[in-house]
Amino acid sequence: MKRLAFPFLTFLLTAVSALAQQKTVTIAVVNNPDMIELKKLSPKFEEKNPDIKLNWVIVEENVLRQRVTTDVSTGSGQFDIVFIGLYETPLFAKRGWLRPIGDLPSDFDPDDVFKSLRDGLSYQGKLYALPFYGESSMLMYRKDLFDEKGLKMPEQPKYEDIKKFADALTDKAKGVYGITLRGKPGWGENMAFLDTLINTFGGTWFDMKWNPTIDSPEWKKAVNFYVDLLKADGPPGASSNGFNENLTLMTSGKAAMWIDATVAGSMLENPKESQVAGKIGYAPSPIEATPNGSHWLWSWAFAIPKAAKQADAAQKFAMWATSKDYIKMVAADEGPFAVPPGTRKSTYDNPEYQKAPFAAATLQAMNSADPTNPCIKPVPYTGIQFVSIPEFQSFGTVVGQNISGALAGKGTVEQALKESQSAVSRAVKQAGLLK
Amino acid sequence: MKKYGNLILGIVGWIIAIIIFFPIFWMAITAFKTEQGAYSPNLIFIPTLDSFREVFSRSNYLGFMMNSIFISIGSTLVCFIFAIPAAYKMSFFPTLKTQSTLLWMLSTKMMPAVGVLVPIYFLFRTFGLLDTVTGLIVIYTLMNLPIAVWMSYTYFCEIPAAILEAGRIDGATVWQELWHLLRPMSLPGLSSTALILIIFAWNEAFWSINLTSAKAAPLTAFIASYSSPEGLFWAKLSAASLLAVAPIMVLGWLTQKQLVQGLTFGAVK
Repeated sequence: MKRLAFPFLTFLLTAVSALAQQKTVTIAVVNNPDMIELKKLSPKFEEKNPDIKLNWVIVEENVLRQRVTTDVSTGSGQFDIVFIGLYETPLFAKRGWLRPIGDLPSDFDPDDVFKSLRDGLSYQGKLYALPFYGESSMLMYRKDLFDEKGLKMPEQPKYEDIKKFADALTDKAKGVYGITLRGKPGWGENMAFLDTLINTFGGTWFDMKWNPTIDSPEWKKAVNFYVDLLKADGPPGASSNGFNENLTLMTSGKAAMWIDATVAGSMLENPKESQVAGKIGYAPSPIEATPNGSHWLWSWAFAIPKAAKQADAAQKFAMWATSKDYIKMVAADEGPFAVPPGTRKSTYDNPEYQKAPFAAATLQAMNSADPTNPCIKPVPYTGIQFVSIPEFQSFGTVVGQNISGALAGKGTVEQALKESQSAVSRAVKQAGLLK
Repeated sequence: MKKYGNLILGIVGWIIAIIIFFPIFWMAITAFKTEQGAYSPNLIFIPTLDSFREVFSRSNYLGFMMNSIFISIGSTLVCFIFAIPAAYKMSFFPTLKTQSTLLWMLSTKMMPAVGVLVPIYFLFRTFGLLDTVTGLIVIYTLMNLPIAVWMSYTYFCEIPAAILEAGRIDGATVWQELWHLLRPMSLPGLSSTALILIIFAWNEAFWSINLTSAKAAPLTAFIASYSSPEGLFWAKLSAASLLAVAPIMVLGWLTQKQLVQGLTFGAVK
């Protein structure tokens, strides 16, 4: 018995020390199909790194923002990796809430990542987050319905073309609507689309002195165009439609055109979820007075909070999840079209991926979106579908609510813009930007 | 005339009940639809268990449920430890300040929770309570304590003080009085209070989502993980919600009689 005790004790000690060395990395992420796939494949990372254990916290987007902001701003260190966007990363970095991403090995090939994303996720020349997926916006349309009516999509459509097409394609008796667009209020909801529309109509949020320019003729023209278009050719209840509702309208064949995130492409082409797979054409986002800011740029990315307890292990995982190898892994598991889009040039060089009908349009949109030059005139901010100041979340949503109200028939566009102008004025005065 | 009055009242009652129950019914049937079918208002469809399969394979339901059980029962027990002595004192030995004390306790419920999120978060961080079951028990006890005191107070007030006095004359200590006299008489009231506290703690979503992450997350956090900004999720979300409310609904069903009795206890005075 005594002879056995010693090896047993050694074994126990080794086991205990191995357990003690195991690092738990807690990851806070949003729920979307790419993320679910990452969670599904993550045991492969744990197999390769037996000393790291991953803990997942998956929440809804708005809850994630609130949760992550509370945690990183109080330095509580609940999370080792947080999933944040192009908007939050430089703002958080400026306040010193994030750790800069350490040296990236050459096999990670940082230059392969789209430059626009690297720039957007940096603050003062340092990278603060690794992009997991990226998106721009584009026009998606039903090729079969266009052929039926003898319509042809130009290479670069203009908004006047869209109006003509929408009028021709609307067949309310059959339940087919010419176009569907976001109407649900929120800075990341209807305003994401409206910002691109206003940019291309020549509008801006502010002039160079931070005076709001929401009551300008450009805003009036753009928002009136949007409201009239949706009222004439849009689905009923358009003011409550977000990305998912519009996706359903498209996949069930009820909408002929849709301008939204490029990630919708892989969902429209998935025959398990879409009745219109193979029938969709993809074109650049329409333009009007200027191509500047006519399509957005967004990325969800992994950042490491300053208070993270396992920063090194966290970076190891973030690099794994954003590597070329990971993209290959997803292609092998779910098919070439299901890989996280919009982050790496190499994804689009892959001939297998090029077969995806939405690949070329996505690449073109990603390459031409320039958040540093979002408007026709010079502006004091960056960001296409957002204004890079912390106050934007709140006033962007207020403006979104006003416009959504006008779309629902509560008051006129003019009233909505007037109210928005004064709300935004107050916000930038309180922020000390407007003297 | 009275007969018709009753009939109308019955119909109105049924209509209100159906309106209140409808979202739950809709959630329950959506859970058995496909993601694509979830958007269509059809009542006739081929039911599928896909969403449940997906939910079970994606997250550890049992882990979340055990946390919910520990937190709701734990906080209810701690609540009673404070609420019963307080209510006993206030109902049998009231002072001039008792009414205002009661009102003051209730007033703590009037502030929106998000107003104190950051201070509470700091306190929790300092005491190492973030993402712990203990932390949630503490916060739910604080949240439910006013209700527990109020409800127990109302039930105690229905008990004739003379019975307790008789016990005291016979030489019963405070504990004997509480245990042998008050407990049996107020048991129906206290059990319905317990049920309500458990239900409140079970359904609370703000604190549980904000103060937990991986280890102590209860079922509310489990539901929150099934909503998605991009992609279809209604069927899976409904399946997750159905799984989350099922235990508490069964409990509510089994104890329906006590619940209704407890809730209308003070109403017939």
